[in-house]
Amino acid sequence: MAYLELNNVHKTYIEGEEEILSNINLSIEEGEFVAIVGFTGSGKTTLVNLINGLLEPTRGEVLFKGKPVTGTSHERGVIFQNYSLLPWLTVEQNVLMAVKEAFPKKGKKELTEIVAEYVDMVKLTPAINKRPKELSGGMRQRVAVARALAMKPEMIIMDEPLGALDALTRGDLQNEILNIWGKDKRTALLITNDVDEGIYMADRIIPLRPGPKATLGPEFKIDIERPRDKTEMNDNENYKQTRNAIIEYLMDIGNERKSEAQEELVLPDLAPKDFVNQFK
Amino acid sequence: MKQSVSLNTAGKIARFNFFRFLFQGSVSKLKQMDPKVALKKVAISITSILLFLGLWYMGAKALYNKEADFKINKALEERGQAAADAEAACIASGNPDCQPNTLPSPAQVWTSFNSLLKDHGIISADKAAFKVKTAALNAKREADGLDPIVYTGRPSFVDQIFRSLTTVFAGFLLALFIAVPLGIFIGLSPNLKSAFNWFIQVFKPVSPVVWYLLVFMIVKTVLIGSNDDSSFTISFISVGLCSMWATLVNTAMGVSSVDKDYINVAKVLKLGTVQKIFKVILPSSLPLIFTGLKITLSVGWMVLIAIELLAQSPGLGTFVWEEFQNGANDSNAKIIVAMFVIGIIGFLLDRIMLAIQNSVSFVKTDAI
Repeated sequence: MAYLELNNVHKTYIEGEEEILSNINLSIEEGEFVAIVGFTGSGKTTLVNLINGLLEPTRGEVLFKGKPVTGTSHERGVIFQNYSLLPWLTVEQNVLMAVKEAFPKKGKKELTEIVAEYVDMVKLTPAINKRPKELSGGMRQRVAVARALAMKPEMIIMDEPLGALDALTRGDLQNEILNIWGKDKRTALLITNDVDEGIYMADRIIPLRPGPKATLGPEFKIDIERPRDKTEMNDNENYKQTRNAIIEYLMDIGNERKSEAQEELVLPDLAPKDFVNQFK
Repeated sequence: MKQSVSLNTAGKIARFNFFRFLFQGSVSKLKQMDPKVALKKVAISITSILLFLGLWYMGAKALYNKEADFKINKALEERGQAAADAEAACIASGNPDCQPNTLPSPAQVWTSFNSLLKDHGIISADKAAFKVKTAALNAKREADGLDPIVYTGRPSFVDQIFRSLTTVFAGFLLALFIAVPLGIFIGLSPNLKSAFNWFIQVFKPVSPVVWYLLVFMIVKTVLIGSNDDSSFTISFISVGLCSMWATLVNTAMGVSSVDKDYINVAKVLKLGTVQKIFKVILPSSLPLIFTGLKITLSVGWMVLIAIELLAQSPGLGTFVWEEFQNGANDSNAKIIVAMFVIGIIGFLLDRIMLAIQNSVSFVKTDAI
């Protein structure tokens, strides 16, 4: 039995409208790092919200450890695309709020220790008393990572966590996330629009064919040993092949989409009214 | 800007600090500026004040002359040249009996302001003397189980200001305690929203005078048989009811429009309902709630004058009305004094609200 399973999942927001996601089948094993790559607007966030329990599928089922997902759970930590930190709380308070909910029985001292540990893990101890507004984008995302991980979830779901960051910060944070993930090998699902990021971080990459009616494409296995090195990877034959295959696949989808859009439109037979002759 | 408050706490007079707190925004802004620009800004403000006073002075003078000419002409037509000359001489001599009754000049208003302050000094002294005089008697009455004798003399202008502030503050608290919780419930539940929508839309535009009459009808019956003066109760309830709508609408809007990301966070963290309200929804709607409260306070202060006037509850409204009815020589000047006092207090109340807002809310708002 897979750790997380999606069976024939369909999702529409409005009854009778065209489906956003259609016939999604996915299974993730325990300890696996899976990346889903797709264009913007292809329904990635909807897919994430189905898995973390913020949304329910219209048809089909989402199984987590064999049980259907109904609502959110502390077992699945979420890192949102836009950080979603509460602006009126400091870094410490933001993380503490999550920890408090995850471990309601622990004392205050123990909770603050957990917070300090995870804030340190993302290297934010000097900024622990700052508010999100005073932090850079990368630092904010670090707080979000610390918040999600401090709840000690069994699975981490990341919705384009690094999408809004610059390339350098991105690389840094990729390594940090991988380090933390490597420590206790929790199951991880990464949603991204960056193929390189997916190849660098994940065990498997699955493209999401763009919506409406988005569905998952064929999976690509990444057989590159961990820990991976970015510069070395560039010379790795396996990497080159996988990367080319994925990009080709995505380009094909893109072209398909374009040719669909080029469908000829029938223009109505209209002409401007003749005002000149009207007043003769 | 925030830091300057915490830094200058030590060793300074509390009152000084309070005013600093109110004006810190503009003061520190001036400090940050280039001295030349700052000087220019101050100069523009002073020039505009002088210009205002000049226009006022000239307007008052023109009105004075018009009224004086009319009086002299009237005397001439009705009683002949001699009477007209006498009237003109009387006006020129500054005799209070025949002064034209019109818009007072800035100087007259300043004189009235000083005389009101002097009046306050006299009344305060009188009150203190009364207290001393009745101390022994009141102690005895208290021992006998009787009510003590209280000062029933005329309230001074300053007393009226404090009575008005008490009324508006009581009304504001009433509005706060009704509108904020109700607004939160309305914002949270679409059903309550549709239930209350007609209610809000219909009663929001009702005039303060009508609210006063409604409250009067109810309070009069509720307090029937009681000897207490109900005018204060009536006026503060009316003020509260008139002014609470802004807070109600803003709170409901703030609560119902919390950023969806924050709600998602609350869901993912599995916060309970109470936690969700106090830790996510309320903090994120605080800026709008405070906007509402600021409007409520200023509306409350504005309608207070009209309501006090109707309710005959002691305060600035009654002061203005009594001065108008009085028709004494300096009544008009006193009314203008009250006008400035009302305006300045309204401005200070707004600044205080802004300072409170900036100290509790995560969005810092600048004063206009």
